[in-house]
Amino acid sequence: MGFKKIEAIIRTEKLDEVRMAVEGVGIVGMTVTEVKGRGSQKGILLEWRAGEYRVEFLPKLKLELVVHDVDLEKAVEALSAAARTGKVGDGKIFIYSMEDIVRVRTGERGRPAV
Amino acid sequence: MINSGDTAWVLISTALVILMTPALGFFYAGLVRKKNVLSTIMLSVALLALISLQWAFFGYSLAFGADRGGLIGGLNWLGLNGVGQAPNAAYAPTIPHLAFMVFQLAFAVITPALITGAFVERINFSGFLVFTFLWATFIYDPLAHWVWGVGGWLRTLGALDFAGGAVVHISAGLAALAVALVIGKRKDYGKIPMEPSNIPFTVLGAFLLWFGWFGFNGGSALSSGGLAASALVATNLAGAAAAITWMVISWIHKRPNLLGLATGGIAGLAAVTPASGFISPLSAMAIGMVAAIFCYYMIIFRVRVGLDESLDVFACHGIGGLWGVLAVGLFAEKAVNAAGADGLFFGNPGQLGAQLIMAASVALFSFIATYILAKVVDAIFVLRVKKNEEEIGLDISQHGETVY
Repeated sequence: MGFKKIEAIIRTEKLDEVRMAVEGVGIVGMTVTEVKGRGSQKGILLEWRAGEYRVEFLPKLKLELVVHDVDLEKAVEALSAAARTGKVGDGKIFIYSMEDIVRVRTGERGRPAV
Repeated sequence: MINSGDTAWVLISTALVILMTPALGFFYAGLVRKKNVLSTIMLSVALLALISLQWAFFGYSLAFGADRGGLIGGLNWLGLNGVGQAPNAAYAPTIPHLAFMVFQLAFAVITPALITGAFVERINFSGFLVFTFLWATFIYDPLAHWVWGVGGWLRTLGALDFAGGAVVHISAGLAALAVALVIGKRKDYGKIPMEPSNIPFTVLGAFLLWFGWFGFNGGSALSSGGLAASALVATNLAGAAAAITWMVISWIHKRPNLLGLATGGIAGLAAVTPASGFISPLSAMAIGMVAAIFCYYMIIFRVRVGLDESLDVFACHGIGGLWGVLAVGLFAEKAVNAAGADGLFFGNPGQLGAQLIMAASVALFSFIATYILAKVVDAIFVLRVKKNEEEIGLDISQHGETVY
């Protein structure tokens, strides 16, 4: 039985919806990082003193979650459904295979450490 | 004969105007990138200290001392020798001469500080100190004498500048244009975004400037009576009219934004400065409204031609000041200030001629003299940091400090 790491780039305003959605399928732990990035949308125009200027990187959030292989599909489904608006800029989900996991407090490894 | 009310108001006004220089530091700092925030504040506040000394040693005497040919003051008040608690009848008969001197100091400080907006994010600090010290001595002090010194040729001509539209705003605006041409664009200007690091800093700075402007213009009455009240009201209304006009223009183009509203306020305040003690409240609104239109489109034009006069000192203060000095020749009325004059709209077209001569001569002198001075200082002391210092940012490369 293996694990997967889910790394999701989402809209900043979607964090709580995503958190509740994955909690709904039994996933509680996650790490959130404020990041800047860009996709096919590239940047956006913001107002300057007079006229506008282009901002090339937009603020996003990066979520990192670790799930059992069996939970992967429902986790990804819940996450993407909650993060989706249907407009450009909804983000990406990257899925990695994991070698091992260690719980720092107890030293447990593997499945019990998730 | 000293009047305690007048003295109190001028001393309070001095403190208000002194606050404008650090306020300007924050106004500018919010507009630059994060790696240059401290450097940008430093440029303003260092001048508060440096020019305070210059003014006491010889600057005040060069500006207001005994006239030499209408062009400059003599050295009779070197080290403030002879500038005492008794009034100077020619400049301000009801307040101590020292109060007049220190009120004028605040103007001498903020004028070179305004210019710093032209070269933020790439200025070599030591070259900057030399440049500004010489600028204050060879450009500000003579200009202050021309316009405000007894015997100064523009004052004798009858040109009116109530609180520094020519001496402060035209001179700083045109100097900014000249020095921007000498120092050149920031690295990658026009290719990468130059995002404002902290819009709240800029807005806080702008409205502290607005607050200080009550001393700048109101205090220029040099008395605490009706004229001070009239100038203060004109100041507020011009700032307000310009801020609203600017907001409406940006809204028509796209969205009403805070940076624009704050910039508009400053443009209106700069424009009303020379006129504030000669005009009615409604004229002040008209001056502010027109200033916003001129200055807004000057920024658009400046960006389009690719000139990196980084924080638009020319567009806001230069254009605002030029418009304001000419506006005196249109809107001034003796009914507001008997010591002033009537403008074109009140039956005296001649005043507009005097204002035109003042605007053109101050603009030309400041531009040409600053260009030469900047070239000379650049050749000897270097105005621009090295490429890698610019990339790292001036906070670390010039000052060894980092911001939040």
